[in-house]
Amino acid sequence: MRIELRGITKKFGFFTANDQIDLIVEPGEIHCLLGENGAGKSTLMNVIFGHLQPEEGEIVIDGETVKFNNSGEAVRRRIGMVHQHFMLVPVFTVAENVVLGFEPTKSFNRLDRKKAADEIRRVSKEYGLEVDPDAVIEELPIGLQQRVEILKALSQDAELLILDEPTAVLTPQEIEALMAIMRSLAKAGKSILFITHKLKEVKAVGDVITVIRQGKVVGSVPPSASESELASMMVGRDVNLTVNKEASPPGEEVLEIRDLVVRDDRGLAAVNGVTLDVRAGEIMALAGVQGNGQTELVEALAGMRRIESGTITVKGRDVTNSKPRQMLDRGLGHIPEDRQRDGLVLPMSVADNLVLNTPRRAPFARRGSRNLSAVDENALKQVKDFDIRTTSIREPVSALSGGNQQKVIVARELSRPLAFLVASQPTRGLDVGSIEYVHRQIVNQRNEGLGVLIVSSELDEVLALGDRIAVMHEGRITGVVDPTTSRENIGLLMAGSSIKVDHD
Amino acid sequence: MTDNMDDVLAQADPDTPVVRRSLWTRFSSKSPIVLALLALVLGFLIGALVIIFSTNTVLDAWRNIFSSWGAPWDALKVTFDNVGAAYRALFTGSVIDPPQFWHSIVTGKQWDNSLTPISETLTYATPLIIAGIAVGIAFQTGIFNIGANGQAIMGGIAGCAVGSMINMPAFIHIPLTLAAGIIGGVIAGAIPGFLKAYTGAHEVIVTLMLNYVIAFFLVFVLLSTALQLPNQSNDISRTMYSSAQLAPLFGTASGLRVSYGIFIAAAVVYFAWWFLDRSSLGFDFRITGNNPNAAKASGINARRVVVVVFLISGGLAGLAGVVQVASTTHYVDGNFLIGNAGIGFTAITVALLGRNRPMGIVWGSLLFAALGVGGRNMQAATGIPLDLATIIQSVVVLFVATPVLVKEIFRLRSSSAQGIQLATKGWSS
Repeated sequence: MRIELRGITKKFGFFTANDQIDLIVEPGEIHCLLGENGAGKSTLMNVIFGHLQPEEGEIVIDGETVKFNNSGEAVRRRIGMVHQHFMLVPVFTVAENVVLGFEPTKSFNRLDRKKAADEIRRVSKEYGLEVDPDAVIEELPIGLQQRVEILKALSQDAELLILDEPTAVLTPQEIEALMAIMRSLAKAGKSILFITHKLKEVKAVGDVITVIRQGKVVGSVPPSASESELASMMVGRDVNLTVNKEASPPGEEVLEIRDLVVRDDRGLAAVNGVTLDVRAGEIMALAGVQGNGQTELVEALAGMRRIESGTITVKGRDVTNSKPRQMLDRGLGHIPEDRQRDGLVLPMSVADNLVLNTPRRAPFARRGSRNLSAVDENALKQVKDFDIRTTSIREPVSALSGGNQQKVIVARELSRPLAFLVASQPTRGLDVGSIEYVHRQIVNQRNEGLGVLIVSSELDEVLALGDRIAVMHEGRITGVVDPTTSRENIGLLMAGSSIKVDHD
Repeated sequence: MTDNMDDVLAQADPDTPVVRRSLWTRFSSKSPIVLALLALVLGFLIGALVIIFSTNTVLDAWRNIFSSWGAPWDALKVTFDNVGAAYRALFTGSVIDPPQFWHSIVTGKQWDNSLTPISETLTYATPLIIAGIAVGIAFQTGIFNIGANGQAIMGGIAGCAVGSMINMPAFIHIPLTLAAGIIGGVIAGAIPGFLKAYTGAHEVIVTLMLNYVIAFFLVFVLLSTALQLPNQSNDISRTMYSSAQLAPLFGTASGLRVSYGIFIAAAVVYFAWWFLDRSSLGFDFRITGNNPNAAKASGINARRVVVVVFLISGGLAGLAGVVQVASTTHYVDGNFLIGNAGIGFTAITVALLGRNRPMGIVWGSLLFAALGVGGRNMQAATGIPLDLATIIQSVVVLFVATPVLVKEIFRLRSSSAQGIQLATKGWSS
């Protein structure tokens, strides 16, 4: 299918989300749409999929001008969309989800499960998408859930597949698998619109890359374009992709973790005998595929999860099984993995969020009464120092973009006296400009002698920031290596291989 | 929090950056005051329809509009006369009667008559404000204290017991009585508080059920020697000594019932504002209420917050109960805060109406008290049943609870994009 967008303009009130967008996707082409958060990518996709109606412009499919009033009409014109947040019923099986809305029935309107399962096997086989039709969605890993979404679109005979930030929730291996699927679909003649803000991915899989910024098309380039070229097109200025980090001699150990065992919510030992040190003035990067116990390890460090056995020592003092408040008082700085869940109170103001875990510390309160002028003063200072883009310090933090929300947390954690910093996926979901900023802040802290533990499933981030890299697999540390180690070897450790890697 | 359209948009579409809002949109769609006033307007409009459809003279006039040239005009006039008379009675019965008031100003006499309506409204509003704040503070912490009524009954019982036990000087007796009421409420609030904090029992179930337990406990103590009026077989308590009563502001001779209790309500409102906006503990409460996960990560002890919020909420509800007894009846009987008189239940509605903000709760309480008091006057003056006031109350609450509907009715802002945006959210978000 060939789809052409001509001069699409979409406005929300006074704000123009899409401004005269032109775009052509040829049959069998993987067309990447690259842009920062807030550039208008998702809005454009919602226009194509009929969720939103543009004020101006037209959509032309195979030479015929079409107009969609809702997504059902788009599906009928063979457009399929895989949303960033999956639209699956968690307690239904794969087969039930795929046929939902188009159920094959037997007599008396009973669902024909066999026919549904057969349909899935047919489509799975045709495109090499292996999924068990009888598996229940909530028991499947994220990567497979996404595959079900793709299957669902394909079983409705989609010729154009829109993938909205599909890799944001996937592990590196799952991303590889997804890219293979995309290539095989393109080979079978499907058109693919792939939306992302990750440069490596577009270069790896795209046939054409269109960059949009502030609702406008900046230009289209072949995948041979360099990463820094793409980044500057996205951001509108030159971006420094490598982290400048001068050597810094590490000091004494600030955080010692010994034989730590922590159970997850299901009662399994998610952290199973971890021993790890972080020294002052160094960044220890913890690499690993997500779900290998990193989350539980960080929660244990933050005092939010009970420690089964083993010890945690901060500056020589045993803090095993301390409460969150005690850990904060011992100098823990914590940038949580899920910032909206654990790091912010969205309806509350920027100023309040900047003192969220220090409300009783002078000068923000005295004898149980808050000193709001000190809180405001602090907020104004942090907004300026950390370049938080907000219309007002009274604005609810929910009104800020993801990057600025993260800056609020970074500002809050880095502006109080710390013994060590734990940063979990500190740049997940952020645009290039914000990533650059957060990285620089963390490196600055390390240069000033702070011990930092970074947990990240992005290998690039681990390699760029780590002074030492620990790799975690199934609750254990499979190796501690230095950042000059090859990607292949770290990859082997991430996969749990016991291969000996030279280190230290 | 779906009343905030900008938030909804911002959350639903991560690609929409912050849009600077104009003063007009801020005023027209964001302000809860504007929305509450519009809900009130709708309540009275729907009330007018109910009057029209339930008054035979009005309906007959409309049936006969084809009988003569002047009939349509007559029908309109009858309609306006009836609706106008009802709402006039509602107003004059709850605020002031302007001619009567003017008469007092001119002659300087009959002030008691002129001020009776507003005095009655304030009398009913006083305990309601306190109970509303009890519920509102809990709501802001994310705790649904449905048991304010039971806690108020406990406060009333305890206050009545202390107030009627022995005679002593008022400057000791009144504080003791009030303290007893607060403690009664604290005890009733502690039960669901500890149960939730230490066993995870859901507070809605526990508080709801405790209301029944306490209602029967009330009858039990009223029939026991501890509280029962001597030489009586009815479920009625002894009367509080006058030294324990909250005296009428203008003296017993004036006949105006509004009491010193309104100063207690004012103090509670100030406390609630300070607590929620200015105190460190209140800040912890609001963090917990808005995001329990972030509260935990910020080192807030959730268990302690749950217990303390129930102690505060229960204590305030108990205070509402004792203020009610000490300023009006001065005794409790088996009907105390039962059925329609259950201020602890009205308090939930009032807290909703006032969006759990102290001043909002004050306005909500005054409105509810005025509709109740004025409704009785309307029934007496025009024969339109008191239930109409209840209908207006209900409609107002309904519209306050569904701000999107109000915005849609008054076309405050086109919301065509919103429904669609919400639909694009998946279960994982």
